[in-house]
Order: sequence, then structure tokens, then C-alpha cells
Amino acid sequence: MSHAVDNPSTAIEIAQAVASGATNASTVMDEHLARIEASETEVHAFNLVLADQARQHADALDARIAAGEDVGPLAGVPIALKDNMCTRGIATTCSSRILEGWEPPYNATVADRLANAGAILVGKTNLDEFAMGSSTENSAFGPTKNPHDLSRVPGGSSGGSAAAVAAGYVAASLGSDTGGSIRQPAALCGVVGVKPTYGAVSRYGLIAFASSLDQIGPFTHTVADAALVHEVIGGHDPLDSTSIPQPAPALTEVLDRGVDGLRVGLIDEMMGHGIDGISADVLARTNEAAEALAAAGAKVDRVSIPASIYGLSSYYLVAPAEASSNLSRYDGVRYGLREDGANVVEMNTATRTAGFGDEVKRRIMLGTYALSAGYYDAYYGKAQRLRTLLAQEFNEAYQRFDVLLSPTSPCTAFAFGDKTADPMAMYLNDVCTIPSNLSGDPAMSVPFGIGDDGMPVGVQVLAPATHEPVMFQVAAEVERLAAEAKGAAQ
Amino acid sequence: MSNRISTDEVAHVARLARLQLTQGELERFTEQLGDVLEHAADIEALDLDGVTPMAHPLPLANVARPDTVRPSLDRDEVLSQAPAVEDGRFKVPKILGEEL
Repeated sequence: MSHAVDNPSTAIEIAQAVASGATNASTVMDEHLARIEASETEVHAFNLVLADQARQHADALDARIAAGEDVGPLAGVPIALKDNMCTRGIATTCSSRILEGWEPPYNATVADRLANAGAILVGKTNLDEFAMGSSTENSAFGPTKNPHDLSRVPGGSSGGSAAAVAAGYVAASLGSDTGGSIRQPAALCGVVGVKPTYGAVSRYGLIAFASSLDQIGPFTHTVADAALVHEVIGGHDPLDSTSIPQPAPALTEVLDRGVDGLRVGLIDEMMGHGIDGISADVLARTNEAAEALAAAGAKVDRVSIPASIYGLSSYYLVAPAEASSNLSRYDGVRYGLREDGANVVEMNTATRTAGFGDEVKRRIMLGTYALSAGYYDAYYGKAQRLRTLLAQEFNEAYQRFDVLLSPTSPCTAFAFGDKTADPMAMYLNDVCTIPSNLSGDPAMSVPFGIGDDGMPVGVQVLAPATHEPVMFQVAAEVERLAAEAKGAAQ
Repeated sequence: MSNRISTDEVAHVARLARLQLTQGELERFTEQLGDVLEHAADIEALDLDGVTPMAHPLPLANVARPDTVRPSLDRDEVLSQAPAVEDGRFKVPKILGEEL
């Protein structure tokens, strides 16, 4: 049975109703907590639900509003954070035994910015351990189920954040995207998911996986909600040295501009000409989105990004290499798990062996190998050169196109266990999303119809670095066209 | 890159990464890592000699904050999360092999 929410209130609707006094934050919170109460034991979107704290914060917010205070653009909006974002005094696990019980001594910048905008944290969402995976099956605390069909995965690694929005537990959530970990679960759960430009959203307090690829972004029901959340969390943060020194772009004001005259490039390699394994129904929905955009006035043409075929190979050398370095900090000394050993090396080894799951161990070993003497140039060096080539090809494409279009995920949500035995089969899920992480450009997934199995399909809109406004402008049109197509079919 | 990774190499890498593998894990991981590396070998065929490696997508370099004193994390709060502490410091088992 489906636990996906029908006709949910959007974040914008909630914030306007709460700020205007049409409703209050406590009532909104109770509605969302009631949905969690009803089906969370089946869906398992959360590692931790902060029901009491969320009610208290809603009451406090209502008191401030009653006193005439402007509490911000996300007034009373229930939100969730992926459990790899630090929350002071609140357990943050990365869905790993190695951090179980750890309570960070500081907040991620995004957590502070959401709170300062009036949003209320409802809980911390499940993920593939350390954000490594495409199904949440790698969580040490058990998988999240897809709210549309509990026998299927929600995607990953931010599967809990995607499911929490799809099930109506929260109006918006944040995920992190290193190779597709926001966009792929968004597609599989039928919600909007955004990977902003590298550096557009602060990563202070995001527990690092692969630092040259990781990016935080929102999950929402609508493109307009994603634009609003991005405006709140985006912009320079002096605490993150990889933060772009510019304010967040204005996005909500560009959404009704349409696509007349905009140039849209359909990526050939991801449309069955170069990258194998994209399902026929996903290709069909993406083609329909392109045709609808053309009918709405966009100039749609095909474009080739040949290096995108090699994106997966580059990614599975670069990301594990960086992960092997980042995850060396889990040594049983400063936080989290410690398993005893006769000396420090034995303690480190016992701790890491007990604390990490198989996928994390695989990637740490792969990265250690790719960085080791004699292989560095052949693996890591070559993968880094491929990144440059890919970025150049994207830049050339953007001389002719304002945005690019592709499927988000090669297939709709698959059944539990389908791909766990073969890591390569799982990795192929990210074949259309990885190139944007390698280049650092923004990309987002917007629901567009359903597959042959009745499950949601997402199409991906890609744009040049820092060009979020045109990406959101086109995504808003894709969303309108999807609603039109759905209306026409009924 | 054409030879498949061996169990000896995986065992060596596991030691470097401070991971202990059972014999069964060693064989399974060797097979799986071999598959990933085999897939990755497709970039070997590309001529990328004239291409500069990209370590990072942003053109930022040497980002520094003003050198002024500011509050840091509270020491007791940080230490409260450590598995073992003594006299305001992290405590670890002996590091060198000598008898203490």
C-alpha cells in the first residue's frame, strides 16, 4: 500500500498561513507528527524523531508571531535533516555504528539558517552509511521504504529525506549529493530534489564523504518550495572555505517566466546513445518533457557530452580516494565508537572493523588502493583529468544551450535486494547524475509522469555553475507541463 | 591496470586502512573491487595527456579568515563525546611497543 501523501501543503503555503495567522505552527506540527505516528514504523524515514522538541519549538514560534514578530520566510515549516548534518546536542550518526550516540558540539550552518528562517526541525533522516549507496540498504539501522510502494527502495543515499517529504512527514528536507544522492531518491520518491552549484550552500557541519563533490540541497514537493529553501540555505559562509563568496541568487521571482526562446539541450549519451541501461519508460518520459518544453516555446536540440560516458569510472576513483582520506578520522579517539586493543593500532583497527559496514569498507579500500604508490597516476590522476575534460565539454555545450536535460535515474524505484549483491549494478544508478558532481555544476530532478510499473519518474535539468536561476525557471515549467500532462491523461 | 587486483593486494590495502578482514570477506571484496577497477579501466584508453587534472571545481585558492581571536568550541563539551579522556585530554592506548 502507498503511504505517499496526497495534496500536501507546500512549505510556501504553510509559511504564509502561519505568518498571517490563518493557522499556527503548533497545528501544522501536529498534522505532520500525526502522519509520522501513522506510518513511520513502516516507512522508517527517520533515525530520530524529535516530537517533543518540535512541539515546543512550534509553541515558541507561535508566541513570537502573537507578539508581532516576523519569524522568517519558513515560518512554522516542519523540516528534516539528513543524519550526516551536525545538530548540537542531538545524535548525528551518518547511519553508522561508528558514530552511534555521538552528539555534535556544534550546528551545521544549514541547520542554523533554517531555524533562523522559522523552520522547525522534526528529525534526522536515514541514509546509506556515510552517504555511500543508492538505496539506503547500506544503513546500519535498516533501510527506508519508498512511501509509494513499501516493497521498493526510496533511492539513496538521502533516501530518508526523500521519503520524509513524499510521505508528508515534513514539508521540506535537506540531503547531500556526492554522485546523485539528492536527485536519484527525489526521482524515485516523486519529489523535487536539487544539487546546487558546488560551493553555493555551506558545508560547515556536513560530515565529509568526498570533499570535492559533496553538496547540500533541498527536497520539496514543488519547485517553488525548493527555490525558497535554496534562498534560505544558500550564500557565502565564512566557516566553509569552499563557499562561493556571493549571496544566494533570487530564485522565487524567476519561476513564472516560462521557457520562450530558451535553448534546451537533450544529452544524447543519456538518451540511449552511449550510456547503456536507461529504461525505455524513463527515456519516453524524458522525451515527452523535451517535446512539451519545445511546445512551450523552448528551442530543444540534441547535444553530445562524450566524456559523460566515463563519468562513472572517474567518480568511482575520485570519490573513494577522498573518502579513504576523510574517513581516516574515525579512529576511536575523539568521538563515537571505541573497541579495545592492546595498542593504538590494534584499537584503531578493532574500532573501524566493528564500526564500518561493508560498502564503506569497500570504498575505503578502493580509495586507498587508487591513491597508493604505483597506481596514483593510472587511477586518481587519470580520473582527475577526465573531470577537466567533462567540465570543458559541459562549458562548450553551454555556449549553445541555456540548460541541459536528461533522465535523473536510469530506472524507477527497484525492489529491496535487487542490486545489493553486485556493487557495480548499484553504482550504475548514478550514471546520469555523477557528471554534475564531477563538473561542480548545478542540477535538479523534477517529477515527470510515471513508469510502466506506476512508480514516479524524474527528469533532470542541468545548468552552468551559479546559473541556478535559469535552472529553476526551466524546472518550474517542467513541473507545470507534468501537471498538464497528468491532467490530460485523467 | 590490466591485471586483476589480488587477495594479497587487498589484504595489504586493508592493513593500510586499519581494517581487519575474515578470509571470506577478503575473497568477496577482492572480487568486488576487481569488478569496479575493471569498469574504471575504460578511461585508460582515453588520451588525456594534455589535460590538466581537476582537484576541485572552484577557482578559489588560499581562502583565509582574518587572524583575530574568536571563541572556539567548548573543551568540556568536545571531550564529553570522547571514548576516553584524562586531565582534559583524549586518552589512547600505548602508541609505541615499549613496556611502560
